[in-house]
Amino acid sequence: MQRRPLLSLLVAFALAATSSACKKKDDATGGSGGKAESSEIVIGHYASMTGATAHFGQDTDKAARLAAEQLNAAGGVLGKKLRIVTLDTRGDGAEAANAVTRLIDVEKATAILGEVASSLSLQGGPIAQRRKIPMVSPSSTNPKVTQIGDYIFRVCFIDPFQGKVMATFARQTLKLDKVAILKDVKNDYSIGLADAFQKAFTASGGTIAVEQSYAAGDTDFSAQLTAIKSSGAQAIWVPGYYAEVGAIARTAARLGVKVPLLGGDGWDAPELFTIGGDALNGSYFSNHFAPDQASPQAQKFVADFKAKYGQEPTGLGALGYDGVMVIADAIKRAGKVDPAAIRDALASTKNYDAVTGKITMDKDRNPEKSVVVLKIDAGKAKYEALVNP
Amino acid sequence: MALARRFAVAFAVGLVLYGIGAWLQDGLIEYVQRIVLLAGINVILAVGLNLINGTTGQFSIGHAGFMAVGAYGAAFFGVKLAPILQRLLGVAAVADALAFNIALLIGAVLAGIAGLLVGAPSLRLRGDYLAVVTLGFGEIIRISFNNAKFLGAATGYFGDSPAGLPAYTSFFWVYAWAIAIVILIRNLTFSQTGRSLAAIREDEIAAEAMATPTTRLKVLAFSLSAASAGIAGGLFAYMQSGIRPEDFRFDKSIDMIVMIIIGGLGSISGAVVGGIFVAVTLELMRDFQQYRLVLYALLLIIIMLVRPEGLLGSRELGDVIRARLGRAKAPEAAK
Amino acid sequence: MSTLLQQILNGLSLGSIYALIALGYTMVYGILKLINFAHGEVFMIGAYAGYYGAIGLGVERYGAAGLPLYLAVLVLVFAMAVAALLGVGIEFFAYRPVRSAPRLTPLITAIGVSLFLQNAAMLVFSPNPRPYPPILREVRFELGGVIVTNVKLTIFVVAIALMIGLNWFIQRTWTGKAMRAVSTNLDAARLMGVDTNRIIRATFAVGSALAAAGGILFGLDQITINPLMGVLTGLKAFVAAVLGGIGNIRGAVLGGILIGLAEQLTAGYLSPDYRDAITFVILIFVLILRPEGLLGVVRPEKV
Repeated sequence: MQRRPLLSLLVAFALAATSSACKKKDDATGGSGGKAESSEIVIGHYASMTGATAHFGQDTDKAARLAAEQLNAAGGVLGKKLRIVTLDTRGDGAEAANAVTRLIDVEKATAILGEVASSLSLQGGPIAQRRKIPMVSPSSTNPKVTQIGDYIFRVCFIDPFQGKVMATFARQTLKLDKVAILKDVKNDYSIGLADAFQKAFTASGGTIAVEQSYAAGDTDFSAQLTAIKSSGAQAIWVPGYYAEVGAIARTAARLGVKVPLLGGDGWDAPELFTIGGDALNGSYFSNHFAPDQASPQAQKFVADFKAKYGQEPTGLGALGYDGVMVIADAIKRAGKVDPAAIRDALASTKNYDAVTGKITMDKDRNPEKSVVVLKIDAGKAKYEALVNP
Repeated sequence: MALARRFAVAFAVGLVLYGIGAWLQDGLIEYVQRIVLLAGINVILAVGLNLINGTTGQFSIGHAGFMAVGAYGAAFFGVKLAPILQRLLGVAAVADALAFNIALLIGAVLAGIAGLLVGAPSLRLRGDYLAVVTLGFGEIIRISFNNAKFLGAATGYFGDSPAGLPAYTSFFWVYAWAIAIVILIRNLTFSQTGRSLAAIREDEIAAEAMATPTTRLKVLAFSLSAASAGIAGGLFAYMQSGIRPEDFRFDKSIDMIVMIIIGGLGSISGAVVGGIFVAVTLELMRDFQQYRLVLYALLLIIIMLVRPEGLLGSRELGDVIRARLGRAKAPEAAK
Repeated sequence: MSTLLQQILNGLSLGSIYALIALGYTMVYGILKLINFAHGEVFMIGAYAGYYGAIGLGVERYGAAGLPLYLAVLVLVFAMAVAALLGVGIEFFAYRPVRSAPRLTPLITAIGVSLFLQNAAMLVFSPNPRPYPPILREVRFELGGVIVTNVKLTIFVVAIALMIGLNWFIQRTWTGKAMRAVSTNLDAARLMGVDTNRIIRATFAVGSALAAAGGILFGLDQITINPLMGVLTGLKAFVAAVLGGIGNIRGAVLGGILIGLAEQLTAGYLSPDYRDAITFVILIFVLILRPEGLLGVVRPEKV
């Protein structure tokens, strides 16, 4: 008697497993041939909707869905509705690869958006490349991602460019000689930017006072900042994400570290200011656009996002939005829902007016975009300088 | 004669595997194939861990570390080995298969050595203390990979080509290794050594009093278990385009524990069932989007409440089926 | 020199938070021989309870001045009560039904509860980290080059007060004595007329309440909280409990402080990359040299 619930559970489980496997098999054999003329275009999105980096995935997904909604309200793309199918990666490599194969095989995605983390884009990218489905990463900044192959694109800066911009800014505009580095060792974005900054800064005659690190999710930075305090650095290069940067700024203020912080586009989020508060005043970071000098597109995006979700978008959101928009633009220019044609159109994207600036794909499928340097003052980021690639 | 028959059986099994593999490749979409492969890898992990946690009664919650050693070892040496073998042998397919299996063995040996290094000094610890030490070693291994620049640090190791590691892992190899390891561990469990291991589980002091070399046996079981996790790691590496330290977090060890306890601790077929369960469940729950981990957690709790000794208990699948058939024939007599 | 003192001070305050959480692990283990994997999540929920308690009391109205002391205490008591209820609920739904099952079964339900709370918290509170409200006004002063904040001092005071309170509770009250009896031998205690279920419930309640206090102090000290904050912190607190000798209350405190200090000094003087590894390295060395932990008691083995 006691065994019954288990048995039924097992049976139900086995049934579910086989039935869904069969269903997929039918799709695979019968689907691709007959109904090519479907009334919608599927854009697959793989992102960390759960797990330690869930906020990155969810921010990106919200903005991607907003983009699709707006495109559909304006009549869709080529007369068809865009549909975003989001699959969770849990921030896990195996799941990222599972998600991409499922997007291609089961969801029949025409193009793929994702991932935020470079290390996960490097897991999903080779599958998209092999299956010849164009993939646009919204915010994987590691140069290796687009080197996977000619079907892989991105809409964000790459690390060496952004790191160099801020190093030059620190050296020439701020006239700094000694800078400390505080990077996130769990995050390839942060490591990439730290390396790029270090190279450019020392090449132009500056010195790195001390190099310290933390791991994403850490909340205690007092040891590192105490060490930096005694190193005599004039500024701290903190190429991490907003959550930790805000806490770092507050901890620095608490420990009496009075030098400015410098950072990259990972800082761009309203949470930076709610967490960091006054402690961030006098710090600088590079970004895609300045809120006080934003283009009409950027202003409209921020307003629409607020209207739909009741919160301000983050930089990751803006890139997710642009990712979908750039794909949609390529589909329009391709004139048909065909992955190869869309790839070609993506590769020839030129001066596309995106939220994060004008996007032109270079021959390595990386966008050429200008960087804006922002200064934080009284809890707001203000335009300071513009650097073209 | 017996030997010849064994070879014949092995050959036949290989042929069948090859056939199924070819059929799967044609008939199933890549997505389902991936899950089938992951299930096979999980089976290796679960059966290996069961040798320690189930049969020997020790308790490791750091097996993700050994899997990581195997994965990185196999990935690194395989990538270096393949071009050399290709030049030597000329035939790319043969050279790749050879390089792949040698790499897996290297990974397994490295993981086994890691198991030995962890096991030898710490196996005199008991129960939960041992568990915490294995957990600690698992984390130390992961943090070391996270700081190893030549293995890609936090970004992970993706081999030398921009497209990542070659996709050597196929149905044939995963299940050939899985069958080999299951048979090896089954034979060990039911051998004299296996009985000694079980004796250690039941009462270590009594076993020692009966002149069972407990420490040596425990270290042996631990290394074997670590080595099979290493094989699983290698197979995993070559079905991904690369491996990252983050993929071998403490959660992965927890996943493995879930596999063996859900299946029924101490049961080899239970470990097989549990391994498949973990591979399939989360994928089946994809439609629940961000709710799926909440539901997965609830499912785990409910299964354990309904079935505290795991799906199969400590019995083997064969026993259960036989018992059921027996009961079905004489249901009244059983009462 | 002042840098070293600063690192030690920071390590001590981090360590006292670990110690508060470690107490819960060690008490539950002492009684049920169960690694309560969900304890880190109780700590997290406690921190969020404090967050919402403070918001509910209108912490924003007070700005940077922080809540008046009696309201701050109220927030602490509220969070401790919420966590105590949660702890008792977890025990009732996930551990009690499997208490007589094989030893590892409760471990899986514990893992299940932990996973459930993490992911439910992400759905309910959103995965974004949140700045912790200024429950206390932050006052900073310098002592010989060392920056001391009243938050750090409060952490010591609250942590020490709670630990002294716990010690009194365990040594002097009837319930405390019963806890020790149950921990020594559950069946014998039952035969002597101790209502073991009630005592187990009380243990979970007390341990969880302490974790909630740790959660609030953590939020104040570390500026942000997030739904996964209990994972690594909980793990380290657990290691602290084992390091001190699991089941031993003083050991948990000692272990927590040692780990806090070791972590901070490693991060400051060796490399922050290895700050998490050092916790485990120390643990392994201590256990290999002293398998029962620093203050654990060697129990003679029976054949």
